Amino acid sequence: MPLRQCAIYGKGGIGKSTTTQNLVAGLAELGKKVMIVGCDPKADSTRLILHSKAQNTIMEMAAEAGTVEDLELEDVLKLGYGNIKCVESGGPEPGVGCAGRGVITAINFLEEEGAYEEDLDFVFYDVLGDVVCGGFAMPIRENKAQEIYIVVSGEMMAMYAANNISKGIVKYASSGSVRLAGLICNSRNTAREDELIMELARQLGTHMIHFVPRDNVVQRAEIRRMTVIEYDPASKQAQEYRDLAQKIIDNKKMVIPTPITMDALEDLLMNFGLLDEEDESIIGKAAVVEATA
Amino acid sequence: MSTMTREETEALIQEVLEVYPEKVRKDREKHLTVIDQDVAESKKCITSNRKSLPGVMTVRGCAYAGSKGVVWGPIKDMVHISHGPVGCGQYSRAGRRNYYVGATGINTFGTMNFTSDFQEKDIVFGGDKKLAKIMTEIEQLFPLNKGITVQSECPIGLIGDDIEAVAKKTIAEIKKPVVPVRCEGFRGVSQSLGHHIANDSIRDWVLDARDKTSFNGTPYDVTVIGDYNVGGDAWASRTLLEEMGLRVIAQWSGDGTLAEIENTPKAKLNLIHCYRSMNYISRHMEEKYNIPWMEYNFFGPTKIAESLRKIAAFFDDNIKANAERVIEKYTAEYEAVIAKYRPRLEGKRVMLYVGGLRPRHIIGAYEDLGMEVVGTGYEFAHNDDYDRTIAEMGNTTLIYDDITGYEFEEFVKKVKPDLIGSGIKEKYIFQKMGIPFRQMHSWDYSGPYHGYDGFAIFARDMDMTLNNPCWKKIRAPWLDGPSATAGAAA
Repeated sequence: MPLRQCAIYGKGGIGKSTTTQNLVAGLAELGKKVMIVGCDPKADSTRLILHSKAQNTIMEMAAEAGTVEDLELEDVLKLGYGNIKCVESGGPEPGVGCAGRGVITAINFLEEEGAYEEDLDFVFYDVLGDVVCGGFAMPIRENKAQEIYIVVSGEMMAMYAANNISKGIVKYASSGSVRLAGLICNSRNTAREDELIMELARQLGTHMIHFVPRDNVVQRAEIRRMTVIEYDPASKQAQEYRDLAQKIIDNKKMVIPTPITMDALEDLLMNFGLLDEEDESIIGKAAVVEATA
Repeated sequence: MSTMTREETEALIQEVLEVYPEKVRKDREKHLTVIDQDVAESKKCITSNRKSLPGVMTVRGCAYAGSKGVVWGPIKDMVHISHGPVGCGQYSRAGRRNYYVGATGINTFGTMNFTSDFQEKDIVFGGDKKLAKIMTEIEQLFPLNKGITVQSECPIGLIGDDIEAVAKKTIAEIKKPVVPVRCEGFRGVSQSLGHHIANDSIRDWVLDARDKTSFNGTPYDVTVIGDYNVGGDAWASRTLLEEMGLRVIAQWSGDGTLAEIENTPKAKLNLIHCYRSMNYISRHMEEKYNIPWMEYNFFGPTKIAESLRKIAAFFDDNIKANAERVIEKYTAEYEAVIAKYRPRLEGKRVMLYVGGLRPRHIIGAYEDLGMEVVGTGYEFAHNDDYDRTIAEMGNTTLIYDDITGYEFEEFVKKVKPDLIGSGIKEKYIFQKMGIPFRQMHSWDYSGPYHGYDGFAIFARDMDMTLNNPCWKKIRAPWLDGPSATAGAAA
């Protein structure tokens, strides 16, 4: 089986890292050889697999060693649950330097050191929530991830972000082979959430690959720095992640997304009662003005 | 070939523009014109200080070049850090020939390159800690430095390094001025914005340092502003001012020191040579300290005498009389220079393309030698420079702003000047076309060209370039037929 490279995008705080690690654990359980590349300066993309607080990152170790050329692959590549390979690109603390460049440098390093040449079935890039600059688009540029999964929930801003990410994919899809592979709904228990995300997926030209229900076992596992699959393999939630993993293995639906307009998105939210009909008469009016009106 | 008429010159511009795609033609058309002295304001005939078009081979520099290379770099007793990757500082090191007196590496640092040598990790994690460490080390290794400037290269602006915070911290630590300069190369359309940014950083971080300290001034204190002492220019200028009884209390910035900069607000009159790069700080001092400023021109005896009289007019009769004495003193000398070289250069036609001052300022020196400037243009001038140019030029002179490689070559082919004065990037193209060429940024490793002393060197250099016998040997002998070849062999 040829190597499949997947990137996980989605609004900040939506549960990208948790979902990624759980589904990767599911893939590992099914016998797949997987690597996770954390592309977020917070470096929290591998902690559930490694049972660690935060892995030593490529950029941190490069800074210590002097240059990135002084690093060896084994310095930065750690093995975790199910022999999952883990690396974190790392980057600066907030407010200094250039985190985007950190992602570019780290991924170039992995390529040059042959991290992808080994016997692997899947690589998953777990990318910082907001694609703020070219660096965070690195995983979907040529010869990197070709399948993008967007983690989303039935909340307005999450869907807004999913639509924006789709716009980014269109940009790179036209010049390369990157495709949208599906929406993963990480439930927030909002009303008719599954229907809403299925409708959004339909309008984006893709599908909701799986609906991951909300379950406190995820948090209980997180406290122990474990995935649900490792912490409580018999739980219902573990089976959900296994299902997601199997669906990803079987997934053939790769599309160039059709992002929707802001109006279309608002219509969709209104149809599902998440947004009220816009009242033009109140725009730009302060409370005090309204009170006297 | 005699001088071209207005119609011929206008036709030439149209002919050269013809090959461009329409959009480029429309843009470039605005940057090329023929001088019409009835048009008092240049903005009616030429556009300047605009972004260059991609692909046209502009020779412009960047904001970093304007700040580090031009304004700050020559201040000799400060250490100027090229903050960013190594290349910007190393490839421009000592390239501008700003002469200075001092022991390099001990109390002066002009020809040295200090750089933070950015690596990937500095981009990703920020260069602020490294910068702080460099400055501490500079203070340990070169304790006689009078201060430090941080000259930002492009990545500093991209990653948002807080160089101001580092500067403030280091000022407290080393008790010397530390000046952060936001002259990232991508800012603006040419080096011109770098001059402005550098002027502003002097205003904000240096100029008021001695406002409260006493100064033993005289009524004759002047400064030389916008003379970078290329090949010793400022020295050749300074002597003339001193001979007429003025005291030069500061040189900006050729062979200049931090103390001179700080003392400048004590001057009675600021004298500006390069208006383009230092008019900003002169205007500021006029507003804040009420110091008048005056442009002058020390290229060639006509302009020198004009300028000396204009400067003297600011002062008392004694100084005015001195100015006359100075002019008289050098008359025999420069007349001898003219007598020697004018017959060899008379009627020769020159095309210039330089930075922001010389395309107009040198014209007088050529005219003193009987030469005519038939085309001139600036890399990075603004319209106030072109206003000043129109007055200096003949009525049909060709003017080109931010000229492209193609335009310059075509103009030269048609105008057929006897000499071209421009920079290193143009030099070899025109020499290979068989046209005598002088570098008018670096004086072709000669100089000074300012003052009476400089004029003698200028005249000699123009002669030895223009009348060099090598130009007669450019044509391959076999092109002149078998008899010519046989003659050469015999």
